[in-house]
Amino acid sequence: MTNAIEIRDLHKHFGKNEVLRGIDCTVETGQVVCVIGPSGSGKSTLLRCVNLLEEPTRGKVLVEGVEVTDPDVDIDAVRRRIGMVFQQFNLFPHMTALQNVMIAQQRVLKRGKKEAEQIARTNLERVGIGDKAGSYPAQLSGGQQQRVAIARALAMGPDLMLFDEPTSALDPELVGDVLAVMRKLAEEGMTMLVVTHEMGFAREVADRVVFMDGGVIVEDGSPDQVIGDPQQERTRTFLKRVLHPEG
Amino acid sequence: MTDRLPPPVAAEPGAKARLSPRKKQRISRAIQYAVLVAIVVGVILYADWGSLAENFAKPDVADKALPELFTVALRNTIIYTVGGFVFSFVLGLVLALMKLSTVRPYRWISTLYIEIFRGLPALLIFLLITFLPLALPGFEVPGGTYGQGILGLGLVGAAYQAEVFRAGLQAVPKGQVEAARSLGMSAARAQVTVIIPQAIRIVIPPTTNQFVALLKDSSLVLFLGVSGEYVELAKFGNDLASQYANATPIMVSGLTYLLVTIPLGHLTTRLEKRKTGVR
Ligand SMILES: Nc1ncnc2c1ncn2[C@@H]1O[C@H](COP(=O)(O)OP(=O)(O)OP(=O)(O)O)[C@@H](O)[C@H]1O
Ligand SMILES: [Mg+2]
Repeated sequence: MTNAIEIRDLHKHFGKNEVLRGIDCTVETGQVVCVIGPSGSGKSTLLRCVNLLEEPTRGKVLVEGVEVTDPDVDIDAVRRRIGMVFQQFNLFPHMTALQNVMIAQQRVLKRGKKEAEQIARTNLERVGIGDKAGSYPAQLSGGQQQRVAIARALAMGPDLMLFDEPTSALDPELVGDVLAVMRKLAEEGMTMLVVTHEMGFAREVADRVVFMDGGVIVEDGSPDQVIGDPQQERTRTFLKRVLHPEG
Repeated sequence: MTDRLPPPVAAEPGAKARLSPRKKQRISRAIQYAVLVAIVVGVILYADWGSLAENFAKPDVADKALPELFTVALRNTIIYTVGGFVFSFVLGLVLALMKLSTVRPYRWISTLYIEIFRGLPALLIFLLITFLPLALPGFEVPGGTYGQGILGLGLVGAAYQAEVFRAGLQAVPKGQVEAARSLGMSAARAQVTVIIPQAIRIVIPPTTNQFVALLKDSSLVLFLGVSGEYVELAKFGNDLASQYANATPIMVSGLTYLLVTIPLGHLTTRLEKRKTGVR
């Protein structure tokens, strides 16, 4: 069976800034992998290299066995199968929640209006905001906006989902709603690569946790290993800061 | 004078209570009203109302302006303005796209153009246009006087409109393209579906402002040495004023400008509000 994501010796430079310095990582189909690490360690860049929002400098990325780093690959076709959820939601502000979830179905998958709307409504229900279909993003709370963004990605029927700190821009009391949706997705068997600072979520939901620092993977293992019993000093220092911010 | 309330800042014992901020404000406002009343009374008493009316608002001179005020002057003002607006819209869009281009010489050309045409007085451009036939023998601006006026307004307007477009396109956050691309949209599809509709919303109010600015600048056509059927509001008012040695026609022209500019100004404000509000 092919893996959902395979990353081999991935390097990414921004000018002289070596942000990723040889990443090897595999996400099996149906797995949830959480990426943790300090700010600037390259977590977002890693995620963005998977759907080629950033072009890797060197190395290979395979999604469902297809090498996306191959210059001849149809990148739009690859992206269609990868859902992405951003920290800042990035909903289209000139469209209602429903239109946000419909537009790419219509324009990219060429689904008819009726079908797109039905799929959109189903997915808005799925994330618990079926009643907000007619609202514009500006009329929704952050938590609701992020759930629309998740529905928008799900409506494309992706094989896997990338989440880049989906709850970091939310008020604390809204974080739970979004995490609940993600937990449900994980239970349904969605393949997920999640950058997060929510250690509770990572411990409960992740099959594996990857700790990144300085553009390399420092530790990679089960949540109990990496969060519960970290072997590396850098991991311990990071976790101490995240879990006991006052200390 | 004693304050019932204790002073907000603890004064040293024995020091006289100072004026409270609210009281100070009240006194200051009373003074402002007094000054205003004094000026209004002064103007009413000392202005020569008869002479003013005679020179600036003489009904029978105003009457002479009709109907050409609307059938010729306003019509021509609108022709010059709309023509110049369309010209500046198209050239401005091209310049904005050049300025955002990845091809460096395009950016240079666009920057140079914008700097020059925003830095020069519009009047100078109009004067230069009148010399074009001298500089380029045999060359005629197509459309005659209309063409010259539209060219002048368009060249100047394009520099400002280019900046409006550039700002509008850049104001759409980068995350919008990324979201669109991550859903599998091509670059062109993302522009059409996501970026341009948002940029248009951003650009509408400043573009209406641009239209009003062009409308006012169309008065510079005066310096092209136009006459007869080509005159617009300013020239029309000025000619009649000279003819009757009376400023009333200029006032009438002015009112006609306001007839167009004030509603447009309100429209801009409305559009700006709609943009910031929840749809
Ligand atoms: N488009 C870019 N151009 C130049 N440098 C960039 C770009 N994107 C990211 N970087 C740099 O790459 C480094 C890693 O950034 P990245 O966003 O991947 O970190 P991160 O681990 O996601 O951090 P955070 O937790 O703050 O989101 C940073 O030093 C950042 O300045
Ligand atoms: Mg990040």
